[in-house]
Amino acid sequence: MIFFELFYVFFLIGLFTFGGGYGMISLIQEQVVARGWIDSSNLTDFIAISESTPGPFAINIATFVGSQTGGLFGAVCATIGVVLPSFIIIIIVAVLISRFIKNRFVRGALSGIRPIVLGLIFGTAVVFLIKLIIYSNGPQTFHLTSSYRESITIFLMVFGFYLAYRFIKKKSPHPIAILAISALLGVIIFWVL
Amino acid sequence: MRKKIAFPTLINLFLTFMKIGALTFGGGYAMISIIEREVVEKNRWINQSEMLDVLSISESTPGPISVNTATFVGYRVAGFWGSFFATLGLVIPSFVVILLISFFYQTFLSWTVVQAAFLGIRSGVIILLIDAVIKLKKSVKLSPVTILLFCLTVSLIILSFFFDFSLSIGSFKVSISIILILLGMVIGIVSTALRKGEIQQ
Repeated sequence: MIFFELFYVFFLIGLFTFGGGYGMISLIQEQVVARGWIDSSNLTDFIAISESTPGPFAINIATFVGSQTGGLFGAVCATIGVVLPSFIIIIIVAVLISRFIKNRFVRGALSGIRPIVLGLIFGTAVVFLIKLIIYSNGPQTFHLTSSYRESITIFLMVFGFYLAYRFIKKKSPHPIAILAISALLGVIIFWVL
Repeated sequence: MRKKIAFPTLINLFLTFMKIGALTFGGGYAMISIIEREVVEKNRWINQSEMLDVLSISESTPGPISVNTATFVGYRVAGFWGSFFATLGLVIPSFVVILLISFFYQTFLSWTVVQAAFLGIRSGVIILLIDAVIKLKKSVKLSPVTILLFCLTVSLIILSFFFDFSLSIGSFKVSISIILILLGMVIGIVSTALRKGEIQQ
């Protein structure tokens, strides 16, 4: 039953997502891409779409995958699934608030989870870089041909922009600026040239 | 002690969090200032220090910060139905926008100029992930254990691109990320317990 599966896969993803949206990407690769619900290249496209639309990444991706897999009702099931773990846990915590945050074991568990989440995000970045080289043409539905050299060139240019911006302004560029520049470079290199 | 639930309060919670949901792009830490303005300054539902509590709770529990905040504030203001309407309000804008996008997604992606843009965006997304790592690394205390956990996670995630490490229990797939998060949790708890032992000796 696809609706129930959407619900419980996203419930699981919601339950194991700590410290913001990007920590969940490795889980989405493992659970959603592996089930064939979306293509791995669609996932990176979708991260870009999610950055340029309102709302948290978790809700965006759940709605999107649910809708692509099971239409409107699929989207409802996946979205409820991803929200429900936080909803239940926060209500429990709101009742016990002060005891919860001050508990040494809660703090301890949290300090153990943080380096893992950081590793999940960085590992995913490396995997995406490997994919950039291996699947240089993008998804099979794309009919552009490109070599990995072009993709790597774009990557290095955007990375250069990022480092220069951080060096000069002492803060990160806005995500939408990063995406807009990389999209523009993509259009110039793959479409205009 | 049961709070009297006023209907206008529920509607106000719903509309305020709908506004927060519609205004926050990019998610995560970017939305904190908007949430604070609406919830602390304008509506005075919680005070500044409670806002900090909400953030530390959000970091120590699963799920997106904005969902956690909506549920928490809703509960403080009007109990269970407060959290229900606040969370519903928050979710609706992204739900509607993404649903519309997903219907036009295939047509949109059949244009070659869009395909070229998305091939470029693949690089941008990697930079966003690196940026998230740079921003979040402040919250991790450097120690041999945390460095080891970080390196272990990175290498296993890269290897899992080539090999499947997940355990299947029925149709339930326990993937490598879940195993690693549980491992971090256990190591964190055990090291806390060991530190307690040292103090007593």
